[in-house]
Amino acid sequence: MEKVINGKTVKVNEEGYLTDLSQWDKKIAVELAKEKGIEMTDKHWEVIDYIQNKYKSEEPLSIRGIKKSGVINIKEFYDLFPGGPLKVSTLIAGIPKPKSCM
Amino acid sequence: MAETKVKKMLFILSKASIENVYAAFIMANGARMEGIEAEIFFTFFGLEAINKKKLEHLHVATVGNPAMHMPTMLGGLPGMEALATKMMMKEMEKLDIPPVGEFLEILSDSGVKLWACKLAVDMFHLSEKDLIDDLDGILTIGDFYSRANSDETHMLFV
Repeated sequence: MEKVINGKTVKVNEEGYLTDLSQWDKKIAVELAKEKGIEMTDKHWEVIDYIQNKYKSEEPLSIRGIKKSGVINIKEFYDLFPGGPLKVSTLIAGIPKPKSCM
Repeated sequence: MAETKVKKMLFILSKASIENVYAAFIMANGARMEGIEAEIFFTFFGLEAINKKKLEHLHVATVGNPAMHMPTMLGGLPGMEALATKMMMKEMEKLDIPPVGEFLEILSDSGVKLWACKLAVDMFHLSEKDLIDDLDGILTIGDFYSRANSDETHMLFV
């Protein structure tokens, strides 16, 4: 599927997740965040950066990993990305939704 | 995947074998990860999972558990439960599933409400100081029903 975000055409899956991280940029992230009712702050970017790095180094994302990340604690993570933090943050970060149950 | 319509999950945990405790914890955590509210009511033996002295010593049930695929008499041998538990915990760790104490912290930080059953607390002669600091309170079953205060709430007995 294709979707036009901020004037740029990107490939997405049926849930709206970007399928090619190289098409991602910060403007797209801001638009995706808006769709989820989120206004991006420095802390949001810090988290996005962290999870993109995890993805690039092929380390699985989990809520336990967030706890140990040193970037953010779990409470803040839920506050910043309401409605399922890993689901929402990965959508904004342009990476696939985590497959794990944790 | 379509969006879920479930808004809130209420779990009643009545057992303390590790497979039941993890089932409830993983489902409660999974609910929060999907943006669904979650609460757990610990009753009867389930209280062991929030009892400070007991929670890191829970075992998998090797007796009366056909899925262990071992004769019941073997499952009852000394040390068998501990061994089976150790093996299971090792596999869980590989999947990044935390031990019970750390899991409770994660649940609490994730906004899962943790309640102890008043009747069971009285029956086992426990008090709040025996239970984890993250506990949200001690409730009667009536109080717990009143937590089902929104549409699309589901209650599950483990």
